[in-house]
Amino acid sequence: MAVLKVTFTKTKRDKLAQMLWILNWVSVVTGMILLSLGFFLKVEIQQRQELMSNREVYSVPNMLIAVGLIACAINFLGGKICYDCVDTTKFLRWKLLMLPYIICTFFFTFCLLAGAFMCYAMRHELEESLSIGLQDAMRFYKDTDKPGRCFLKRTVDLLQIHFQCCGNDGFRDWFHIQWISNRYLDMSRGEVADRLRSNVEGKYLTDGVPFSCCNPSSPRPCIQHQVTNNSAHYNYNYQAEELNLWPQGCRQALLEYYTHIMQSIGLTVLLIWLFELSVLTGVRYLQTSMENVLRQGDPDSESDGWLLENSFAETARYNFNIIKNLGKCYQVDDDPNIDFQSPTQPGPDNVHPKPIAFAT
Amino acid sequence: MVLMKMKFSFQKRVKLAQALWLLSWVASIGGAVTFTLGVFLKTELHRRSEVMDNAEIHAVPNTLMIVGLTSLGVNFFAGRMCQDALDASRFPRWKGLLQPYLAVAVFLALVMLVAIVMSYAMKGSLEASLEVGLRNGIRFYKDTDTPGRCYRKQTIDQLQMAFQCCGNTDFRDWFEVQWISNRYLDFNSREVKDCIKSNVDGHYLVDSVPFSCCNPSSPRPCIQHRLTNDSAHYSYEYEAEELNIYVRGCREALVSYYMGLMNSIGAGVLSIFLVQMSVLVSLRYLQTAMEAVAGQENMEMETEGYLLEKSVKATAKEFRDKALTLLQLNQEDTMSGGRNPDALS
Repeated sequence: MAVLKVTFTKTKRDKLAQMLWILNWVSVVTGMILLSLGFFLKVEIQQRQELMSNREVYSVPNMLIAVGLIACAINFLGGKICYDCVDTTKFLRWKLLMLPYIICTFFFTFCLLAGAFMCYAMRHELEESLSIGLQDAMRFYKDTDKPGRCFLKRTVDLLQIHFQCCGNDGFRDWFHIQWISNRYLDMSRGEVADRLRSNVEGKYLTDGVPFSCCNPSSPRPCIQHQVTNNSAHYNYNYQAEELNLWPQGCRQALLEYYTHIMQSIGLTVLLIWLFELSVLTGVRYLQTSMENVLRQGDPDSESDGWLLENSFAETARYNFNIIKNLGKCYQVDDDPNIDFQSPTQPGPDNVHPKPIAFAT
Repeated sequence: MVLMKMKFSFQKRVKLAQALWLLSWVASIGGAVTFTLGVFLKTELHRRSEVMDNAEIHAVPNTLMIVGLTSLGVNFFAGRMCQDALDASRFPRWKGLLQPYLAVAVFLALVMLVAIVMSYAMKGSLEASLEVGLRNGIRFYKDTDTPGRCYRKQTIDQLQMAFQCCGNTDFRDWFEVQWISNRYLDFNSREVKDCIKSNVDGHYLVDSVPFSCCNPSSPRPCIQHRLTNDSAHYSYEYEAEELNIYVRGCREALVSYYMGLMNSIGAGVLSIFLVQMSVLVSLRYLQTAMEAVAGQENMEMETEGYLLEKSVKATAKEFRDKALTLLQLNQEDTMSGGRNPDALS
């Protein structure tokens, strides 16, 4: 009772082999697409690595690159096998390899599925990583004289300009950190000294933001200092101003950007997974039909192809038994080829009912 | 005295036809590439068209697009012709067409060369156009409430940030223009009143620049107001500061960007031009070699191919005489139409 049995004539088998050969090459191309998507994501993450606090986010692009390479290799081999399957003599070369190949590819498709799942699941990790990374970057914004942190100002400024965002959650984040270095503060001035004294940690906090938070779409020149003070600027209402500074926080902006990329990549990986599965099904049918042809002896005859020879339950039981008996050593009583006298005699006349061999 | 005579055996003719077929395909792709480059250049020029006063520079991408499209057609015919060239029965079909076809093809190749020369020659025109366009942009920066000019501020800000430049010639252009609208100036404040009174035209001029001039690479937070006043900022020296704001002018930045683009495109189009000329030269040799074979009994004999039957001077003279006779004939026709029949006597 085979699973999904299909009968194949010789021409149908040949057509199947040719089609699978082409599809395997298409799969090699999709494997290369997967590889390039992995590289693209890796480069995109590396560009902003100063703003991400942990390295675990690299696991997704690395997985995609590995899966892409393996897919290329597997489908290249599959193409060669299918090309040879048209000719029964060449098929004999691959006969022993085909079943392990199909099993390996089947498990590989699970890897593809895992890759797609990781693309969607990475969002949470990315959010945490960005939150901490941005916080640190903003804290070290003023440290342009310390080696290792001297480029963070430029990175944050360019990020805010390019992604049209300000601060971590919003522009108010800049009010809670000192982003103007002490090197540029005139300590002799009363106002500066007052501010430093009024703060517990002795930090110079103002309600000002860097210039990169300014929105070019605003009708008036940018107000970046004394943002919350309505009387400091003519005709200015802090609550009503929407266009002066970027309203979105950079964490949200970056998260949206990366989520969008990863969702597209995840969808592509799912489509590639479906395609691989269909190619694998075709290869399985080809393998079983070719084996049946060899068993029948006539290369031009019709043969059956199936997914599984017996039902699911029987196949599972059979494989389970194999695994169970792997550990046991060879026992003579179990060997059906050896003929020996069993201790219990079936009849009174001491004749063992042996099967009589008939001439065929 | 034939120009650049070459002997062609039958095998050589066959090889020439095959090479020509391949070259014509390469030249077709080259024509498509020229068209694409023209479209790309036009798009890039169009993106910044708001800071350009006139559209004269668009002549370069337009020419490239036309030449690219026509060269596709020219090379398609060259390919068809060389396929028929070796077949003596089909070749006479093309005989009448070949002379005018070659003339048109050479003309188009020369237009390609002209386009490349234009891209270098029009630098002055581009610079003048940008000068006027940027000047107007800076002047109308504050008019965000005037219809037709309300997006100038956004355009100029985004331009300065993208090209890392400030002002027209340099940042001092912002000192000569009122870029803060009167809507945001408190006329009751003494400072504003003083500033306006001291200016002849009543403009509010300050030594400040917009935020888009700020350079993110600066180690200190951007100083955009009171730039020339050293005492207004702590530990600040106006002369020594290089990284605070962008020092380059936007006109220079844009001109160098577009010239770089046109140089690269020019190099590409030049190589395509060379391929195109080789196609035409090979076609001419094939045509003359096959014409010598026509009518002969032995199709596989050796023939001579040449570029021009007479020398360059003689051919030019012949061409000129032909053109003159054509013109004179036309003149005589028009004159004889008005004359009396007694002119025939």
